Amino acid sequence: MSELLTEAAAVSAGGSAEDVAARRKLPVLFWVSLGWLVLVAVLAVVAGVLPLPRPTETGAGPARMGPSAQHWLGTDSLGRDMLSRTIYGARVSLLVGFTSIAAGLLVGGTIGVLAGYYRGRFETVAMGAMDVLLAFPSLVFALALVSFLGPRLSTVILAIGVLSVAPIARVVRASTLTFAQREFVLAARTVGAKNRRIIVSEILPNVVPAALSFALVAVAVAIVAEGALSFLGLSVAAPTATWGSMINEGRTLLQEAPHISFVPSAAMFLTVLALNFAGDALQARFDVREGRL
Amino acid sequence: MTPLLEVVDLVTHFVTERGLARAVDGVSLTVERGRTLGIVGESGSGKTVLARSIMGLLPRAGVRRGGKVLFEGQDLLGLSDRDLRDIWGAEIAMVFQDPMTSLNPVVRIGRQITESLRHHLQLGKAAARARAIDLLASVGIPEPARRFDQYPHELSGGMRQRVTIAIALACGPKLLLADEPTTALDVTVQSQILDLLQAQQRERSMAMILVTHDLGVVAGRTDEIAVMYAGKVVERAPTHTLFTEMRMPYTESLLASIPRIEQPSHTRLRAITGRPPDLVHPPTGCRFAARCPYAQPRCVEEEPPLMPAPTPGHHYACWYPVGDPAVRAG
Amino acid sequence: MSGRFIGRKVLQLVPVLFAVSALSFLLLNLLPGDPTVAILGPSATTEARVRLRHELHLDRPLVTRYVHWVGQTATGDLGKSYVSGQPTTEALRQRLPVTLELLALSQLLALVLAVPLALLAARRPGALLDRVSTSAAFGFLAVPNFMLGVLLVYLFAVRFRFFPATGYTALTENPASNLRSLVLPSFTLGVAELAVYLRLLRSDLIATLAQDYIAMAKAKGLPAWQVLLRHALRPSTFSLVTVAGLNLGRLVGGAFVVEYLFSLPGIGALTVESIFKRDYVVVQGTVLLVAVGYVLANFLVDLLYGILDPRVRHVRAAH
Repeated sequence: MSELLTEAAAVSAGGSAEDVAARRKLPVLFWVSLGWLVLVAVLAVVAGVLPLPRPTETGAGPARMGPSAQHWLGTDSLGRDMLSRTIYGARVSLLVGFTSIAAGLLVGGTIGVLAGYYRGRFETVAMGAMDVLLAFPSLVFALALVSFLGPRLSTVILAIGVLSVAPIARVVRASTLTFAQREFVLAARTVGAKNRRIIVSEILPNVVPAALSFALVAVAVAIVAEGALSFLGLSVAAPTATWGSMINEGRTLLQEAPHISFVPSAAMFLTVLALNFAGDALQARFDVREGRL
Repeated sequence: MTPLLEVVDLVTHFVTERGLARAVDGVSLTVERGRTLGIVGESGSGKTVLARSIMGLLPRAGVRRGGKVLFEGQDLLGLSDRDLRDIWGAEIAMVFQDPMTSLNPVVRIGRQITESLRHHLQLGKAAARARAIDLLASVGIPEPARRFDQYPHELSGGMRQRVTIAIALACGPKLLLADEPTTALDVTVQSQILDLLQAQQRERSMAMILVTHDLGVVAGRTDEIAVMYAGKVVERAPTHTLFTEMRMPYTESLLASIPRIEQPSHTRLRAITGRPPDLVHPPTGCRFAARCPYAQPRCVEEEPPLMPAPTPGHHYACWYPVGDPAVRAG
Repeated sequence: MSGRFIGRKVLQLVPVLFAVSALSFLLLNLLPGDPTVAILGPSATTEARVRLRHELHLDRPLVTRYVHWVGQTATGDLGKSYVSGQPTTEALRQRLPVTLELLALSQLLALVLAVPLALLAARRPGALLDRVSTSAAFGFLAVPNFMLGVLLVYLFAVRFRFFPATGYTALTENPASNLRSLVLPSFTLGVAELAVYLRLLRSDLIATLAQDYIAMAKAKGLPAWQVLLRHALRPSTFSLVTVAGLNLGRLVGGAFVVEYLFSLPGIGALTVESIFKRDYVVVQGTVLLVAVGYVLANFLVDLLYGILDPRVRHVRAAH
């Protein structure tokens, strides 16, 4: 009877029997989010060939003007075109976001899988190290690194990448633990399969989808982290356009020209929202048991 | 004299992905004051849904209800939750199947009993505590004062079920619904619990509905039995009559499948072949036809209604009932 | 709660503290930039610099300096700031209340709003309130705190002058003014937490509400609020407490940014300034403090878990 009740509740939440079936597939908003992300990515890539004034070109238009026909998103305090700056800012954000998490996945993912599969001393040591990394105030780490290596794109990617290793390792390890204990792994062992073979062909195919959907959400966090760093003036140096620094620049002009802060804010918000949504939808799809946060 | 409970054509359908699941599809029964009705059926027969429908404990969304549930003349189906809450606990109470999940693991036993006492009977804290300890003693729990302050996980399964019975009986309800009260318990404890229920019922002149899949549970402990199959009542009779003069082949199969101790060892257990029908697309005709050893063409075409048998109070739904040689072709 | 259990937990904390402080020590000392220059100014003579280096033990090997630092810290001396000469412990003591108040207020805000909203949403999943609050929570999670801070400043300090954009008054000076200056910062920090708690609590509550003992409680005829609060909420508080404790690390990072944004004289602002000024001693002190806080929070969460969930308590006692 409980299955009937659960189904009924699911249907009532969705509205009709058809809705429940539809929920099995990825929701519409997932595709919308994906669309936005693709749009932003494409714009960032082809920015060079778009008919826009250069992002660092001061005086391209009158300063602090709101949106107009010549400047669709207005201009900032130095007369630079906001649309152009926003698109170029997307470059930085996307690059930092995806690269740092890719690196984090590689390192953290490996640590996580090995810890979850082999257990024992390696796991204790590895997870202990992860705990230490997590206990370390992340902003201090990023600040220190940037002070040490200079405010460059590579520094920011390194800082965020390193900081992402610990959470990713934890999640991947948890995921590996659930799969490593399942019977098909035991079955593979009894047939005499080597550990490496088991990891690659049994565990990874199960862990990777879940890890990737978590990674999408992690990219969103990385983009926000880069935003925070550039807000504090610690990311790529001016006059390069980054969303965070643009928001910071507009802080003092909120009265006369709020769009200077709000345009990059909106861009970042939508991108992060889209990433969260896509990642969450994928997580719900793959983690059949754990469909929640 | 109006019966205490009169269920008229009760219908409970669940809206599911595949369509409407007809869990309870037109059930009628009556329970008189102080009497015990047993509802027997296999899993999926709709008996638990029936119990919860009578109580009114189903969620509102995704559930279609119909028919009437008249308790002392008042239709429970039409009542709002607020009005139902005045009846729950005080007039009608329920004992659930699994005491591990029906007791809140993080609330002390005593509190789970006194809540209801303080709410319905407006007892003060000390009075409620005293009454609760008495109740615990009356359901056979040793050292009730100590147990009062304990948590559910500190008690054994049998004791937990006694506690749920104490909770149900706390406010002196007129009707007790026991949904598979012994299924989750060890066999040795089962009869103790059933004895307890019977004793309490007699003492309080309470009516009881005992829902179970086990015919052994209801034999000798109920006044009347209703057999359910695929959402419908297929036979209803006073207990003794049911066991001696059953008509519906399903009932016969149920009885036959009970292992008997007198039989020589290694006798094959007689199970009923096949599976219960799909509640979303029930078959036309008799729902048991596919598994019935005596099925005839008419059974598949036409659904038999509940027909009275010669013995008073006995109804069954079958075209070719057991023991009717005139109808049996061979 | 057994003393052995507590003792064991404490023993687990110590290596983490050592590791964190060692890591930050290492990191900070890799930074370029000579603190002697920062202190004495660019026109200082070489001899003066060498002398200062010797005074500050900067010419000793790294490991020696670390050991020395550990020894000093054990006696409660966190050194003196290179820049201001102020003992670090004093600086921390001055700044800590501000940060603590900010953290406390934002958590309070988040919880006070999340609990009732989650209860209302979980009661009728799929209803309008549920869908709206879930989407709103989702939206809030996507807003970085600095962005939200700017937005809030724009709305409530610039457009409608309800609250100050920057500045801080101490609690002891003027409670009303103190709270006013912390409203926007607390909201900025708290909203993200609110979203997390709301989602977590809601799904936890929905799972709990499906349990048999809730049906049983209803079947006793208890009023709805009693079923929700007494029976449904309690088991769900466990995950909430765990998340709240573990969140502390993230919150502290967020507090740094918020303090910068709103010019609050807290630990975060101090750390940021000190890194830029190469004031290692102070940074080392704040890092230690934050690590201690994080580790303590985890420890308290474990303790609380034992208290809140009687099942865990008894299992522990049996060992």
